[in-house]
Amino acid sequence: MLAKRIIPCLDIKDGQTVKGVNFVGLRSAGDPIELGKAYSEQGADELVYLDITASHEGRKTFTELVGRIAKEINIPFTVGGGINELSDVDRLLNAGADKVSINSAAIRHPELIDEIAQHFGSQVCVVAIDAKQTANGWRCFLNGGRLETERDLFQWAKEANERGAGEILFTSMDHDGVKQGFANEALDTLSSTLSIPVIASGGAGTKEHFRDAFKIGHADAALAASVFHFGEIGIKELKNYLRTEGISIRL
Amino acid sequence: MEVAIVKYNAGNIFSVMNALERCGVSPVLTDDFEVLQSADKVIFPGQGQAHTTMTYLKEHKLDRLIRDLRQPVLGICIGMQLMCRHSEEDDTDCLGIFDVDVLKFRPTRKEDKVPQMGWNTITDTKSELFKGFDKPEFVYYVHSFYVPTCNDTIATTDYVQPYSAALHKDNFFAVQFHPEKSGSVGERIIRNFLDR
Repeated sequence: MLAKRIIPCLDIKDGQTVKGVNFVGLRSAGDPIELGKAYSEQGADELVYLDITASHEGRKTFTELVGRIAKEINIPFTVGGGINELSDVDRLLNAGADKVSINSAAIRHPELIDEIAQHFGSQVCVVAIDAKQTANGWRCFLNGGRLETERDLFQWAKEANERGAGEILFTSMDHDGVKQGFANEALDTLSSTLSIPVIASGGAGTKEHFRDAFKIGHADAALAASVFHFGEIGIKELKNYLRTEGISIRL
Repeated sequence: MEVAIVKYNAGNIFSVMNALERCGVSPVLTDDFEVLQSADKVIFPGQGQAHTTMTYLKEHKLDRLIRDLRQPVLGICIGMQLMCRHSEEDDTDCLGIFDVDVLKFRPTRKEDKVPQMGWNTITDTKSELFKGFDKPEFVYYVHSFYVPTCNDTIATTDYVQPYSAALHKDNFFAVQFHPEKSGSVGERIIRNFLDR
């Protein structure tokens, strides 16, 4: 049976992981490769590396980092941040990334999804959506959640699916950072209307939250950052727990 | 040991090269006939689309070359599908090494998404490729088309229905999953192939 996936997300700035990382046994908590390896050994099913550097120089550093990650890490990894056009995708896939995650650029130029799918295959194209509940329902936001758009979450996700996205990474801005659980109702709607996998993001605080994202939200994967980085939840103990809850998990 | 990787118009070749390097071999990526024919092991990897990759192989006469190889050959993902008789993907005639046709997943339940993306178990393993496996291990999959179980099946995975996770016939081995992305389990499979 296909396993539900647990995905730690690492924010990268100038080639180093950001956010204080409280991780036992690491020589350098800032080393994205060492941290990725540690997660992989604990049982992470995939990794996401998000480049939050804005500068041109930083982009180059990130691309070099992707090349080193590909050499060292033996599980799939997705990279995101600052991908605006096909040449960015080409550069990162050539460096060795398995998938790319596009967010604002996809909303601005939806045909980018079609282009990525045609050139490299749907499986490399993760469409990330940041959304929030407003008076008009779930709305998509741009630029790391700073700019509201007219786009409805569910319509946009469906369009991305039809254009050739391989997966939807849905972050609920209402739930992100609050540690009160994932947006399970919206996740359930996405899971039941899309033909591609849905990754839940935003809101993980306890092991039960992951269980609910799978059991109530019917997500195919769950992504989190700080609960893993600060050691609040160990990946191994989380996966053992989910297995005892009857969820299909790789151990 | 000389390990050659077939160079053609498929993606995801670098991760196979990286995985081999982690196993201590330095593979050559080539479409040179002599190098491919004289290598100790040949790997035929990739992600891609059946029709465009098959057209490329024919144009470069790699189709006949691969069929005629005598050393151990390992097909991965689209490599495995191209080694079959025919693919439902764009109605493509393939290499015909394995006497079986590639079909598209047709899920009947909402929770079965296509492509299958993620980790699933291999069971009923019967090959030295899986030497040292004493329980169903998880491997990483990304695919929309599958090979039904047949006489050459040496491992099975269940998604939508049981299908061939791996095939073996004479000197030809093939896996539908990505050993190069399947953690330590995948590395063991690669080592088992190299140790043959």
